[in-house]
Amino acid sequence: MTSSLDEVLLRSLTPSVLGVLVRRGADFAAAEDAVQDALVEAVRAWPADPPRDPKGWLVTVAWRRFLDGTRADAARRRREGVLDREPAPGPAPTVDDTLQLYFLCAHPSLTPSSAVALTLRAVGGLTTRQIAQAYLVPEATMAQRISRAKRTVSGVRFDQPGDVATVLRVLYLVFNEGYSGDVDLATEAIRLARQLAAVIDHPEAQGLLALLLLTHARRAARTASDGSLVPLAEQDRGRWDTESIAEGVDILQAALARDRLGEFQAQAAIAALHADAPTAEETDWVQIVEWYDELVRLTDSPVVRLNRAVAVGEADGPRAGLATLSTLDDSLPRHAAVAAYLSERAGDLATAAGLYAEAARRASNLAERDHLVRQAARVNARRSG
Amino acid sequence: MAKYLLLKHYRGAPAPANDVPMDQWTPEEISAHVTYMDDFAARLESTGEFVDSQALAPEGMWVQYGGEGRPPVTDGPFAETKDLIAGWMVIDVDSHQRALELAGELSAAPGAGGRPIHEWLEVRPFLGAAPTITE
Repeated sequence: MTSSLDEVLLRSLTPSVLGVLVRRGADFAAAEDAVQDALVEAVRAWPADPPRDPKGWLVTVAWRRFLDGTRADAARRRREGVLDREPAPGPAPTVDDTLQLYFLCAHPSLTPSSAVALTLRAVGGLTTRQIAQAYLVPEATMAQRISRAKRTVSGVRFDQPGDVATVLRVLYLVFNEGYSGDVDLATEAIRLARQLAAVIDHPEAQGLLALLLLTHARRAARTASDGSLVPLAEQDRGRWDTESIAEGVDILQAALARDRLGEFQAQAAIAALHADAPTAEETDWVQIVEWYDELVRLTDSPVVRLNRAVAVGEADGPRAGLATLSTLDDSLPRHAAVAAYLSERAGDLATAAGLYAEAARRASNLAERDHLVRQAARVNARRSG
Repeated sequence: MAKYLLLKHYRGAPAPANDVPMDQWTPEEISAHVTYMDDFAARLESTGEFVDSQALAPEGMWVQYGGEGRPPVTDGPFAETKDLIAGWMVIDVDSHQRALELAGELSAAPGAGGRPIHEWLEVRPFLGAAPTITE
C-alpha cells in the first residue's frame, strides 16, 4: 500500500458501495466479490490517478466487475434474468445501506466466527488474506468460511430490519478476541463501531463505542516491554490515552442520559470509573459494585458475578470478596485467579500461592498463564522471605 | 473461535475397539482409511474450520544442549518410549462441543474390516490470545 493512498478511507467506502450494488439488484455474494475486486483495483490505480469522486469510481468499477462475472456465466444470467446494462437507480433506501450490511453480516443464522469474518470483509473491506492472517488460519479456510457465510445469508432480504444486539456482539468479539497481526483488529473494531453509531440511533451502539474507546485508551499501559500483562492496578496511568478517554466518556454520558441502560453502557461506565481514578487507590469501588449489580441484572452472566466479587473485595475488603466468591461455581474460568488474588489480600499466602498455581494451569491464554505463574512464584517468595 | 489440537498416537493412547495394526489390513482397507482422512480434511476446509494437518515419522531422537562450544547431545531412539505421537490435526471452531464432535468423527475412520477404528484421540485446546476486556 503506497503512502499516497489512505487505505482506511478507501475501506470506509466499502459498505456504501456494496449497498448501491445490492440496491441495483445484484445478489449480495456476487456484489461483495465485485466490490473486493474494485478495492484491489483502486489500490493499484489511485496513487497514479486519484479519482475526483472515489465512491462513484468504486461503484462504476464494482458494477462493471459484477456484470463481467455475471456475463461469464451466461446460463446463470438467463436463469436469474440479471440485466447487463446500466440500471435505473433503485428505489431510495428507507434504511441506511451501511446499517443493513451490518445486520446482514451479523445475521443470527451465522456462527460467531462466520459473522466476524463476513463483517470484516463486507463492511470492513479487509481482504480474505488479511482476515486469515488476523485469525491465524489458512487463507483457503477463511475463504471457505466467508463464502459459506454468504450462502447462509443469501436468502435474507436486504431491507429487513435486523438485530442490533447481534451486530454489537460481533464488533465486541472483533475487538476482544483478536490476535495481534498486521491488521489491528482493535482499531478496526473501533472504526466499525464508530461507523455504526453514526448510522443508528441506539444507546447501546454508543455504549459499545464508549467501552471500546475507554478500554483501548489503556492499551499502551497494558503490556510491559517484555510483552507480559500489567494488571490494571499496576499500570502507569500516565500512559493512558486521555483523548480516547475523553471521547469515550462524552459518548457514554450522552448514551446514559437517554435512560435506556444496556450491558455495554454498564461495562463502559465501569471502564470510565477506572479511567477517572488518578491512582488505583482512588478508584471508586463502591460505585463500581453498583454498576456490576446493574450488569448482573442485565446479563445474569457468571463471568460478571465473578468480576463483581473482585469489586466487592476492593469495596468491602477481601473477606467480603471471598464470601461473595464462595456463592459462585468454582469451575468458572478465572475463578481460581480471583480466589488467589483475594486470599493474598486477606493475608492467606499459603492458600493464595496454591490457587495462583492452579489458576495458571487452568488459564486459557498464554499471557494470562505466564502472569499467574509469576504471581504464584512471587507469593511463594513472600512466604519464604 | 478457538483452536484445538487433535492428537493421534502410535503408542500411549488407550487401546481402540478395532485394534488391528495397519500392516495387517488389506490394501483396500488402507485406501479406504486414507480416503476418509483426506475427505475429512477437505470437508473441514469447506466449513472454514481447517488449520493444519501433519503426520510424523515414528522414529526420532532425543536432543539436548551439550554445553558452551559443544555439539548437542543426542540419544535414542528409544523403542520403548511410552507415548509416541503419530500426527495431528489443528482445527479452529466456535465451541469446545464442536471440537469434540469433530474428534469423534475423525476417530470413526475405517480400519480392519472397514469398521471404524474408534481410535482414542487426544483433544487439547490451544492457549489463545488474551482477551482485551477483563473487568
